[in-house]
Amino acid sequence: MAEKTFRVVGTSVTRKDAPLKARGEALYADDIRLPLMLHARVKRADVGHARILRIDTSKAEALPGVKAVVVGEEAPIPYGIVPQMPTEYALAYKKVRYHGEPVAAVAAVDPDTAEKALDLIEVEYEPLPVYTDPKEAMAPDAVKIHEESPFPANIAYQAEQEFGDVDRAFAESHYVLEKTFRTSYVNHAFLEPHSAVAKFDTNGELTIWSGTQVPHYLHRTLSKVLEMPMQKIHVKVPKVGGGFGGKGEVSNNELIAALLARKAGRPVKLTYSRKEVFLQHRGRHPIEIRMKIGVDRDGYIQALEYDGTMDGGAYGGWGVVILFYTAAMLHLPYKVKNVRFRGRRVYTNKPTCGAMRGLGGVQPRFAMESLLDQIAIDLGMSPYEIKKKNAIDQTHETVSGVYVRHSEYKQCIDKVVENSGYLEKHRKLPFGRGVGLAGGYYISGTAYTLYMSYKPHSTATVRVDTEAGVTVYCGATDIGQGSDMVLGMMAAEKLGLPFDQIHVVSGDTTLAPFDLGSFASRVTVAAGTAVCQACDRVLEKIFSVAAVQLGCRAQQLAVADGEIYSVFEPHKKRMGFWEAVERYIDANGPLVASGEFTPPRRTGKFKGANIGHSPTYGFTAQVAEVEVDTETGEIRVVNYWEAGDCGQAINPQSVEGQVEGSIVMGMGQALFEQVRVAEDGRLLNPNLHDYKVPTAADLPQIRTHIVDSYDPDSPFGAKESGEGPIQPVIPAILNAIYDAIGVRFTEMPVTPEKVLEALERRKSERS
Amino acid sequence: MKQPITLTVNGEPYELLVNPTDFLVDVIRDQIGLTGTKKGCGIGDCGACTVLVDGKPVLSCLTLAVSVQGREITTIEGLSSGPELHPVQQAFVEKGAIQCGFCTPGMILSAKALLDRIPNPTEEEIKRGIAGNLCRCTGYVKIVEAIGHAAELLAQEETHG
Repeated sequence: MAEKTFRVVGTSVTRKDAPLKARGEALYADDIRLPLMLHARVKRADVGHARILRIDTSKAEALPGVKAVVVGEEAPIPYGIVPQMPTEYALAYKKVRYHGEPVAAVAAVDPDTAEKALDLIEVEYEPLPVYTDPKEAMAPDAVKIHEESPFPANIAYQAEQEFGDVDRAFAESHYVLEKTFRTSYVNHAFLEPHSAVAKFDTNGELTIWSGTQVPHYLHRTLSKVLEMPMQKIHVKVPKVGGGFGGKGEVSNNELIAALLARKAGRPVKLTYSRKEVFLQHRGRHPIEIRMKIGVDRDGYIQALEYDGTMDGGAYGGWGVVILFYTAAMLHLPYKVKNVRFRGRRVYTNKPTCGAMRGLGGVQPRFAMESLLDQIAIDLGMSPYEIKKKNAIDQTHETVSGVYVRHSEYKQCIDKVVENSGYLEKHRKLPFGRGVGLAGGYYISGTAYTLYMSYKPHSTATVRVDTEAGVTVYCGATDIGQGSDMVLGMMAAEKLGLPFDQIHVVSGDTTLAPFDLGSFASRVTVAAGTAVCQACDRVLEKIFSVAAVQLGCRAQQLAVADGEIYSVFEPHKKRMGFWEAVERYIDANGPLVASGEFTPPRRTGKFKGANIGHSPTYGFTAQVAEVEVDTETGEIRVVNYWEAGDCGQAINPQSVEGQVEGSIVMGMGQALFEQVRVAEDGRLLNPNLHDYKVPTAADLPQIRTHIVDSYDPDSPFGAKESGEGPIQPVIPAILNAIYDAIGVRFTEMPVTPEKVLEALERRKSERS
Repeated sequence: MKQPITLTVNGEPYELLVNPTDFLVDVIRDQIGLTGTKKGCGIGDCGACTVLVDGKPVLSCLTLAVSVQGREITTIEGLSSGPELHPVQQAFVEKGAIQCGFCTPGMILSAKALLDRIPNPTEEEIKRGIAGNLCRCTGYVKIVEAIGHAAELLAQEETHG
C-alpha cells in the first residue's frame, strides 16, 4: 500500500458543532421561535383500518385561538420516497390504514388550545378488517389496504431473482441446512422527535426548517403535495437529533406544518410527541426468512436460497427498495455462486416500516451468519474457518454483477479473531458463557437516484475569499454523524489549511448546491468526492497565479501548512496561500469552483438489478462474548470486539463513534427492543419506558479496531463506517448465546423469558 | 388560572406567569427561552430534559414549575459562567462524546451531578450515574470515557485553583 501522509485526514479533530452542542447553543427545529408562530397538533385515527365517512371540523374551527384546521381532502396528492409508487398522503385521505394515522390537524395560538380543538373534531368511520400479521393480510380474501395495488391481496411488491443452477448445486452439496428466522419490529428511537417549522412569506415563498436527512426529497415532495414550484420552496436543516434512517423520507409533520402555515398565513411549528414518533415509525421491517445454504465437504458455499416475507406496515415508503436490498445483501461478503431469492413486502395495518441503519442488510445477515455458524459446528469446523474460506478477496464480482473494487474483509476476520481470542474461547468456555463471530458489509452510497435522473448525486462549491475565508457549500446533511466535519477536513487537507479555518454550509436547498441527502452511507464518498474536486479546481486557479509570481510551472506547485510551494524547490519558490488568493482575486475576481460526483452505473438484466451497486463497500467482523444467567435467563454482553474496513478513516474518533453506536443499537434489537401491537392495530409500547433501548448500564466492554485499508479510488481512500458495523451485531450475539447454552435462537429479541423457556425445553428433551 | 412565580435559573431571577400544571421544561424552553434543555419523550424516560435543582439532577419534564420556586435551577446554559467550557463540557468535546447532541445537555448535567457526588467514580459508577440518560448515537463508550476524563480535569482544577 502506498504510504499516505496527511496533515488533517486521519486525525481526530474536534467537531465544530461539539462545543455548541455541549453548551446547549446548537439549535434544533423545535428550538426555533418565529414571530406570530402557531403551534400545531394532529388528530389521529382511533381505528386501525377504516373508510372515512365524514370529518366535521366546524367546532374546532370555532374555538377561540384556533387559526387553521386541515384535513386529508385538502391535500389529495399522494407521495412517497419512491416517486413511481406514491402511496401516502399528508393526512389520511378517504381511508385510514393504521391506528394513529393523522386525520386532521389544527394550528392554534398555543399547544393547549390546539390540543383542545382536537377533541372537537368529529370523525365517522366505516371500520374494515385490521391486519397486523402479514399472513392474514396475504390471505386471498383479505380486504385490500391499498385498492390500487396491482399485486394479489395485500402484497405491496414481490420479486424473484435466480443466479446459477441452484437446484443442482444443492443436490451436489455435501451438507445443506435450512432454518426459518424471524426479525422484530423495531424503531430508531432517535432522541429528537420529528419537528418542523413552516413559514410562508408575503411573496408566497415557503421556508421550512426541519430535522430531515433528505432536504432534497422533502423539497420535491412539498412541491408536489402543496402544488407549488420548487423555486418557491426553501428547505433548511437545523441541527438534527439523530436519524438512523427514520428521518430519511418525508414525515407527515413537515407537510402538515406547511399546509397549516399556508392556510393560517402564519408560521406553524409541528413537533411530534414520542408516541407520534412511534406512529410515524419507518423502523426496520420484521421479516420471516426461510434460508437454506448448501456447502461442499470443505465448507465452501455451493448454493443459497432465501424466501422472505416483509411486514411493511401501512404504506410504501422505502419498502420496494429495501426488498431488493435484502436480495442484494445475499451476495456479499462471501462468495456465493448459486443464489435464489424470493421476497415480498406485505401491507399491514401498522405504522409503516422503512429505512433503518443498514437497511435490507441486517435481517438476511442475521440468517446467513447464524446458518454459517451452525453449518461449521455441524461439520466440526470453526465458524472462523468457514467464514474465512468463503470470504471475498480484495476485489470481487458477484454472480449478480455487483463489483467490489476494494475489500479488506479477510483482514477484518483475522484481526477480530486475534484480538478477541475467539479460537481459544469458542466451544471452550464454561456453560453459560460463550463467544460468537459474525461478519458484514455495507454500501458506500447507491448507484442510482430514486427517480430517473442523470444529474450528479452530489455537488459542492468552494468559495475562497480574502474576507470570508474558505466556505464549502454542499447540500449533504449533517444529522449528527459529523458529515460537516468530514467535508471540512477534506477541504482543509486539499487546501493545506487548518481544519478550523474551513466553514461548511450544508443542508440547505437554497444556499448549498444539490446533494441527495444523508442515507445509504453515501456522504463521505459522494459529497467528499465533490468537495475534493471543487478544491482541486480552486487550487488550479490559485496555482495559475502563484506560478507566474514564483516563476515556475503551475503543475509543479503544491500546498501545505498555508503555503504554496514548488515541489522541486520548496525552500526557494514558495508563497503564502492567502497572498496567492489575494492576487488571484485582484486579477480575476471571485475565487469559486464546483465539483461533482456521479457514481459508476452498473446494472443487470433482472428485476431490481440497479440495487446493491455502490462505488465501494465497507466491511466489518465482530466477536461478542456473552454471559447467560441460567437462573434468571438474563443475557449480558460482557465483551465485544470489532475490526472494520472503512478505508482510510477520515476521523478515527468519529469512526469509533459510529461503530460503538452501531454495536449498542444492534444489541438493543438482539436483546430488548420490540414495538408491540394489539390486535386492533394499537401500539402497546410507544414510549421509551416500555420500548427498551440500551442504557449505559448495559454497555459491554467494546474494543474496536480500524484495519489498515485504503481505497485508491475514493476520496482520501475512505469508505463507509455508519451502517456496515450494525450488520453482524445480532448474529454475533446470538451465535455467542448458542456457544454459551447450546440454544440456537432464530427470533429476536432474545428475552430472559425465551432463554428460560429454551433451557427448560432442553432439560426436558434430555431427560 | 395562571399565577405569578419567580424562578431562579442560572443565578438570574425570572418573574413568570404560569399554570399550576406547567412543567419546568416548557417554562424553561418556551417562556425563559433557554432551549438548551431538550425534550425527548415528555414523560421522564429519556433524560434529555435533565436540569439541576440545588445541584441535584431532576427531570424537568416531570417537575412542575411552581414546585421549584426558591430553588437554584441550573440549565446547560448556566453550567459555565464565562466564555470557557466547563470541564465536563470540555471533556465531552475532546473525547468525541457528542454526535447528534440531543442527549448532550442532559447527559452533561447528570455527569456534573455525579462528579459532585463522587469526584473519582469507577467505570461502573459512571455507567450507573448516567443510566437514566438515553443516547442512541454514541453507544455510551465515549461518554463514559469523557466523564472519567472530566473527573481528571476537575481534580487538576482543584489542585491548581
